[in-house]
Amino acid sequence: MKGDFGLKVLAKIYVTLKTSVLDPQGTAVLHALHALGFGGVLDVRVGKYLEVVLEAEDDAAARRQVERMCNDLLTNPVIETFTYEFAEVRT
Amino acid sequence: MRVAVVQFPGSNCDTDAVKAVHAAGGQEAELVWHAADDLSGYDLIVLPGGFSYGDYLRAGAIARFSPVMDAVAREAERGKLVIGICNGFQILTEAGLLPGALRRNADLLFHSGWQELIVENNATAFTSQYERGERVRFPIAHGEGNYYVDEDTRRRMEASGQIAFRYAPGTNPNGSAANIAGVTNESGNVLGLMPHPERAASLLLGSTDGLRLFASALQWRKNSYAH
Repeated sequence: MKGDFGLKVLAKIYVTLKTSVLDPQGTAVLHALHALGFGGVLDVRVGKYLEVVLEAEDDAAARRQVERMCNDLLTNPVIETFTYEFAEVRT
Repeated sequence: MRVAVVQFPGSNCDTDAVKAVHAAGGQEAELVWHAADDLSGYDLIVLPGGFSYGDYLRAGAIARFSPVMDAVAREAERGKLVIGICNGFQILTEAGLLPGALRRNADLLFHSGWQELIVENNATAFTSQYERGERVRFPIAHGEGNYYVDEDTRRRMEASGQIAFRYAPGTNPNGSAANIAGVTNESGNVLGLMPHPERAASLLLGSTDGLRLFASALQWRKNSYAH
């Protein structure tokens, strides 16, 4: 994953509602799945998936950047939480 | 007394806000583009309704980083009056100038129509011309008006009179916690509400209940000036 700036990486970011927050979208999807015959579905939560390609000095710097992005803009920390993983950038 | 109505890309209730301010107190509000970085000349700042940045990512999430929002935060800190209506309320919560967050309506539907509200606290700069417990009608038009705040914060807000408006019992259109329709910050100089007082500013269009919100604010600034 080495490029001109040390590291070029694809951050796969998963944004979900905090577990304490009700998810009406998830509930709607759950009911729809039941109506389609998937009776075994017990719970559905709907979140967001973002792909951010970034350059950074190293892995630690990339992590710091992604976490700041998430806290500042990509999530609303009042109601959302996030996880992320890094992957290779396909050129 | 100078009034600013901020325009973000996608704001669409800016003209109505200007008209309502004029109808309420004869004041000519000024439209201020979101790139402005100085609002020090204004006493009352209105963040109008609309779909700033298309509600992309989250409603108000991107507008909150507009250059003008640093100026809004500065003036709010100085005790100037700030009103966030609908999208403006969303921007204020995203910016941390008001507690809580606005989420998608609980039934996942966009609600547009007349809404009955109760004035919970008439001791704010924005509600002094209403009676406590007065029932008023403002239009609502929103898909993300479901007010969320954690229990501890909500209890503190109730105790300190920060709940300005509630949806009338049995009429909550969006699942907002405790039927909350509008809140102020702790200092009481910033108000956010989902309903549209600027659309309840003309008898011809169905209600003038919203005029007193702007009139209260204009009157308050005349009476107590702090810089």
